[in-house]
Amino acid sequence: MFETLSHTALQEYWWFLASLLGALLVFLLFVQGGQTLIYKLGKTADERNIIVNSLGRKWEFTFTTLVTFGGAMFASFPLFYSTSFGGAYWVWMAILFAFILQAVSYEYRRKPNNFLGEKTYDVFLFINGLIATVFLGVAVSTFFTGSAFSVDKMNILNLTSDKMPIISAWEVPSHGLEAIWTTAHLAFLQNLALGLAIFFLSRVLALLYFQRNIDNKEIIERTRKSLIKNAVIFLVFFLFWLIRLMVIDGFAVNPDTKEVFLEPYKYLHNLLEMPVVLIILLVGIVGVLWGLFVSIVKKKDTGIWFAGTGTVLTVLALFLIAGYNNTAFYPSTFDLNSSLTIANSSSSHFTLTVMSYVSLLIPFVLAYIIYAWRAMDKKKITSEEINSDSHSY
Amino acid sequence: MEHIDWGLVDWSRAQFALTALYHWIFVPLTLGLSFIIAIMETIYVKTGNPEWKRITKFWMKLFGINFAIGVATGIILEFQFGTNWSNYSWFVGDIFGAPLAIEGIMAFFLESTFIAIMFFGWKKVSKKTHLWSSWLVAIGSNLSGLWILVANGWMQNPIGMHFNPETVRNEMNNFWEVLFNPVAVNKFLHTISSAYVLAALFVIGISAWYLIKNRNTALSKKSMIVASVFGFFSILFTIFSGDGSAKEVAKHQPMKLAAMEGLYQGQRQAPLIAIGFFGSQTDPNNPKEQEFAFNLKIPNALSYIAFSDVNAFVPGIKDLVHGNKKEGIISYQEKIEKGKKAIDALAAYKIAKKENKPEIADAALKIFNENFNYFGYGYYFGKDPYLLVPDVKISFYAFHTMVGLGFYFVLLFILIYLFAYKNKFQNKKWLLWVAVWTIPLAYIAQEAGWIVAEVGRQPWVIQDLLPNIAAVSQIDQSSVQITFFLFLAVFTALLIAEIKIMLTQIKKAKISDTNENTGGTK
Ligand code: HDD
Ligand code: HEM
Ligand code: HEM
Repeated sequence: MFETLSHTALQEYWWFLASLLGALLVFLLFVQGGQTLIYKLGKTADERNIIVNSLGRKWEFTFTTLVTFGGAMFASFPLFYSTSFGGAYWVWMAILFAFILQAVSYEYRRKPNNFLGEKTYDVFLFINGLIATVFLGVAVSTFFTGSAFSVDKMNILNLTSDKMPIISAWEVPSHGLEAIWTTAHLAFLQNLALGLAIFFLSRVLALLYFQRNIDNKEIIERTRKSLIKNAVIFLVFFLFWLIRLMVIDGFAVNPDTKEVFLEPYKYLHNLLEMPVVLIILLVGIVGVLWGLFVSIVKKKDTGIWFAGTGTVLTVLALFLIAGYNNTAFYPSTFDLNSSLTIANSSSSHFTLTVMSYVSLLIPFVLAYIIYAWRAMDKKKITSEEINSDSHSY
Repeated sequence: MEHIDWGLVDWSRAQFALTALYHWIFVPLTLGLSFIIAIMETIYVKTGNPEWKRITKFWMKLFGINFAIGVATGIILEFQFGTNWSNYSWFVGDIFGAPLAIEGIMAFFLESTFIAIMFFGWKKVSKKTHLWSSWLVAIGSNLSGLWILVANGWMQNPIGMHFNPETVRNEMNNFWEVLFNPVAVNKFLHTISSAYVLAALFVIGISAWYLIKNRNTALSKKSMIVASVFGFFSILFTIFSGDGSAKEVAKHQPMKLAAMEGLYQGQRQAPLIAIGFFGSQTDPNNPKEQEFAFNLKIPNALSYIAFSDVNAFVPGIKDLVHGNKKEGIISYQEKIEKGKKAIDALAAYKIAKKENKPEIADAALKIFNENFNYFGYGYYFGKDPYLLVPDVKISFYAFHTMVGLGFYFVLLFILIYLFAYKNKFQNKKWLLWVAVWTIPLAYIAQEAGWIVAEVGRQPWVIQDLLPNIAAVSQIDQSSVQITFFLFLAVFTALLIAEIKIMLTQIKKAKISDTNENTGGTK
């Protein structure tokens, strides 16, 4: 059935799936946010253990979603994978190191004779929480502000060219880090704003998650206090970023000549020209706000459901306006026509077809994940449970 | 062409080798132990004997410690194709990316979801559901192996694809050919069965140590019986599939085979070198040839193993480099020239297309198609063809170490089974110590296997199509050096932590025969 779809339709389908994965990833970053709150919320070793164990049963999902996001990008938009990872080398390396540290920390932190000591592993968790969220936010923001790279496929054929054999070349030596200091069009402000917004969002989501997942008066008391502060800071950064996004020039593609040019209010236009996406965005934002309201005003523990769903919808909409409607999703400020679009960076029709069949598995994957979470989260976590379990972090 | 940055290529290779070899320290234990645990838990559920539950939980704890660091080292491999081999990622992303993505969707989620139930679900789900979860973890981890090995097998024998001159890259045109690539099939079977061997030796070695210390004896004997049976069948399978892999190498990567055997001069009825050592001397007339100081040969065996025919001709390194008219082998120099033609023709084609000159484009495309099979050789135009020969000493020693250890493991599994079954370890302390010291040997065999596979195919990243010098990213050598040493430091620190934690858990475990409490037992 997929083979009958046009190449463009498949590209759009895969951009949707990649966007969905990205959106789920941002939601799942609540694990990272939680890791920056361990000492803020847990004043005794016992309390900290509850928090770590509550997060520890979820960290694998965030990690696996990141890995799958990478794999899906590799398979469906290989030119993006090679340009961005090979180019913005230091940004991605920083993110990877942060995840390496995380992967062992839960399992090792309280094991006897663990070489580095419990504190070090807790610091690792904090580092992961900070770097992963801020850098991923900055990286996503460059989807709208652009990066300085060039792409020329002839380089692999011209044995005497001086870039040979490099196809995608990053044109600044800081390899991605410049995203936080590029002053042209105030890109650094925009990028940092999203980085910090994601950082505080992940903490907001973590606080809501704890309210739902942990049964401990003191901890929950503290989450309520912390929530207001983090939510306000998040909203300031995010709204700044979003409002500015609506007024900046965007990277548009001329559908006939495939030429890339700067179009004023491009992202606003994208929302207006794709009303469904606009609705997704608005519902998402309302969802996040409602989740905060439910927790802060109604003092209920279900805020995470609304805020979580809202986050997924909001981020999904943002990815969609980056890629759909004749937009370059990975723009080059160095050479506009090196910019990547879903059409010029995608795999072949055949590969996308094969991958689309594989994507039919996704509902099953989601179903068993939901089943497993339900089984594990039926009862909230208490300190008795952790202390009586033969396996705890 | 002199601007190829060899230092960058070498450091990128070193970094890939470092991270891959580290990943591979932890992966085989995950692959094998997950099955051993599932088998043990099945025995528990079938017999209802709580002893088996304690045994299962003990091995599960070690599994968890090892699993975490396997995941930590895996993530970097996934992204390293992009960060350090970006040309490669674009050139073959269409084909290579797909298995990687499938692996994430199909395998990693399976594993990470059910591992939560396996570790924390003892009191939260029914016995049956828990057992299912353990099996799904085992299946999930082996599925991860499947997809990545399909990807790796494709690089050794690129099929199921065609080159698209419009997009200047390789595109898949037959998914089943990629999946059922004979190289990939053998590779998968060989790799997972060898991982089971390692896990079995791990369980046996630790159990032997308990027997020496006279601790946890019931756990140890029971574990030993399960592991030696599991290990014995696995090693037979490993040897069988290893033989299959060697035949595939002979077919698709003759240079790798020649390097594995240190064979310079090709011949019919070629002997297999059972044991050999290179001397420090090289022949002054042939400075590129490594000579054996000592070797023990099995007549005809190499021809037979490689081609199932004692009279088959096995090409040596010299035949491949200089060509051998009689056997119909063309020289590397000729291949390099053809490759150069292919590259130039493709460039001419692209330019003609742009300038809208269809006749010139068609003619160029024709030349390109005639020479495409040697495309990758073109990057060596004007260079010494001996650059296309992998490191012979490393390939030879790695291969012989692996094979030698393989036969030794067969013997060990038989002995351990016999003594464990008859319960006669009293005066066999030496055998127990041998079992303990075989654990590191199992790891050596594993790493050696990958060194054979990967060093032996150098300099090809994609056999005959893409050499490593055309696969790299545009980064400074110094950046790669920095990340190399960062990886070295971080992974080594984590490895030390892992070993210390593991040893402590082993030392303090009391899964005993009497009634110590390990917590969580019902
Ligand atoms: C316990 C580990 C172990 C043992 C005992 C063996 N192997 Fe092995 N071997 C591996 C672990 C391994 C591996 C790590 O799994 C490799 C690396 C790549 C691969 O496909 O499997 C491998 C690769 C590998 C290759 C290279 C395949 C390629 O280049 O694609 C060959 C030809 C063999 N093996 C052959 C053998 C033979 C004839 C053995 C006879 C005893 C043997 N191996 C024992
Ligand atoms: C199964 C998936 C794997 C793939 C797709 C893969 C692919 C690659 C690539 C792209 C390179 C770098 C290019 C080059 O130097 O030719 C490489 C080199 C290397 N890989 Fe693999 N690899 C895989 C698994 C492994 C594993 C598990 C190990 C070891 C445990 C390993 C050992 C090495 C070594 C030692 C090198 C460097 C060889 C050299 O540069 O001389 N590989 N491999
Ligand atoms: C270059 C090639 C490889 C890449 C890119 C790679 C990638 C990864 C990644 C990203 C993880 C973490 C998965 C997670 O999120 O949980 C991982 C873990 C693992 N990998 Fe590798 N891997 C490679 C080679 C191999 C090979 C050759 C095998 C087996 C034959 C293998 C088997 C496993 C297993 C069993 C794990 C354990 C953890 C898990 O599955 O989650 N990997 N690998």
